[in-house]
Amino acid sequence: MSSAEFEYTAENLGRFQDILKRYPQKRAALLPALHLAQEQHGYISPAVESYVGRLLEVPEVDVHEVVTFYTLYFQKPMGRHHIRVCMSISCTLCGCEAIRDHLGKRLGVASGGVTDDGKFSWEAIPDCLGACELAPMLQLDGEFYGNLTAEKVDQLLSQVES
Amino acid sequence: MPILKLISEDFGNENARGLKWYRDHGGYEGAIKAMGMDPAKVTEEVTISNLRGLGGAGFPAGKKWSFVPKDSKLPKYLTVNADEAEPGTFKDRYILEWDPHRLIEGIIICSWAVGIHTAYIYIRGEYVRPYGILQAAIDEAYAAGILGDRVLGNDFSLNLYVHRGAGAYICGEETGLLQSLEGKKGWPRLKPPFPALVGLFNAPTVINNVETLSHLRNIILKGGKWFADIGSERNGGTRLFALSGRVKRPGVYELPMGTPMRELIYEHGGGMIGDRALKAIIPGGASAPVLTADEVDIPMDFDNLAKVGSMLGSAGIIAMDEDVCMVKTLHRIADFFAHESCGQCTPCREGTGWVYRVVSRILAGKGSADDLKNLMSIANFMTGTSICALSDGASMAYRGILKKFPNEIEYHVKNKQCDVEEARLARV
Repeated sequence: MSSAEFEYTAENLGRFQDILKRYPQKRAALLPALHLAQEQHGYISPAVESYVGRLLEVPEVDVHEVVTFYTLYFQKPMGRHHIRVCMSISCTLCGCEAIRDHLGKRLGVASGGVTDDGKFSWEAIPDCLGACELAPMLQLDGEFYGNLTAEKVDQLLSQVES
Repeated sequence: MPILKLISEDFGNENARGLKWYRDHGGYEGAIKAMGMDPAKVTEEVTISNLRGLGGAGFPAGKKWSFVPKDSKLPKYLTVNADEAEPGTFKDRYILEWDPHRLIEGIIICSWAVGIHTAYIYIRGEYVRPYGILQAAIDEAYAAGILGDRVLGNDFSLNLYVHRGAGAYICGEETGLLQSLEGKKGWPRLKPPFPALVGLFNAPTVINNVETLSHLRNIILKGGKWFADIGSERNGGTRLFALSGRVKRPGVYELPMGTPMRELIYEHGGGMIGDRALKAIIPGGASAPVLTADEVDIPMDFDNLAKVGSMLGSAGIIAMDEDVCMVKTLHRIADFFAHESCGQCTPCREGTGWVYRVVSRILAGKGSADDLKNLMSIANFMTGTSICALSDGASMAYRGILKKFPNEIEYHVKNKQCDVEEARLARV
């Protein structure tokens, strides 16, 4: 398979078939199908859009519309570990700007970027992650980490396996 | 007043998540009792309980169910709104993480009452850990015959699936949620028709919040009247209040509806950090208009907060002290709504962007004399002019700060700096 092509692994194809059974209409499986593809491929490339569209009988343009509407689908390769820093009201009240600035400096890339070694990508987001009791907080590979200080951020980064 | 833990008793208890623990502590007894009752009687108890829609709208839950036609040629659906994304809100996450079986039990009770055989939980994509815990609980329930072809041994089938969102606040709006569940971008639908008649896959659909459904077990076991008696007038039972901001002990506190904000902030939340003076409170997520410190004794229920021009909404309470700059708070709110407007309606798409750009300019010391007037004019134009409530919520939030803290905005415009910060520096 060339890099421009994409298909599910045999295991993921099985998972996809299970997902289909949950809905009376094929198209309803689009979001979970894209999640599954991103889990396998790291991001949603045009080839992924085309493949998922064929599987679900949804026009490619409609798949693209969905991919670009939602923020959790990546459209380019990201770091092996992805960090989201919450910049919502409660986190701002508790000093998330300093956390954001520290992280940016420490990783040496601006929000939205990927480190040179491909280990990390990160973004500061204006939407609330739903963990205001932990403010200031961030999400790393799905897990929430809160009551952050610059030292805690450093610790967290050094604990992450490459 | 002591904390009354009707649905939060197991928060923080690692042992309580599993099915065995749940059943050993009376779990699924409410569903068993409900399934021995006439479905109409179940709905009646919920109506008597004064249980309100706890996602934020506060619509009476029993009434919502009663709008679904009894006889439908199409299958009926339940969709559970777990797209918790209103800034300042994190209560549903606690239920999903600590007590998932209580939610599943509520789903069974609702499905029995309305005659539903397929339910979907729409959970926000960022809730990765709650998703895993919830899915594990559902798997357990299927294996134990609690879900599936014969729910708890009855001649009644119920399939329950979790559908993960992908990062869009608008999908918490009920028709945006339906669009997203159907594999589309989350553009809200015009109402009517309401989802109770034309909802998911064009079929009659109940959409209930996680917390709303989690109260059903107790309501069925102890009766609607028992629940109604706990809360305030027309606001039954307790509510999970998610407290955050500059307080000593942020967290989720379950308190009777109608509890004053002062009690939440000072007794349960331990008061403000550094014992600084309270300045402002957002009482129901980012969309709820801000209140000032002298309004801290208002009882927290849907009706009392509506009376003072704000709302209880999602019960995300954000407390701000004297060192907090309200222009900066407005800037965070404006950034959020500009980012999350789905772009379908022009007043919202353009209005949220304008407000964010104007407030950014003011904060950067480049405000102009007309800004306050213009912001108010944009906010007014965004009210009642779009398909869903996002625009209304945003404009309410803007107007709240513009009306209650106009001096701070004017100071920023005039002096190109922050008066709150100056006052803080003068003190230290």
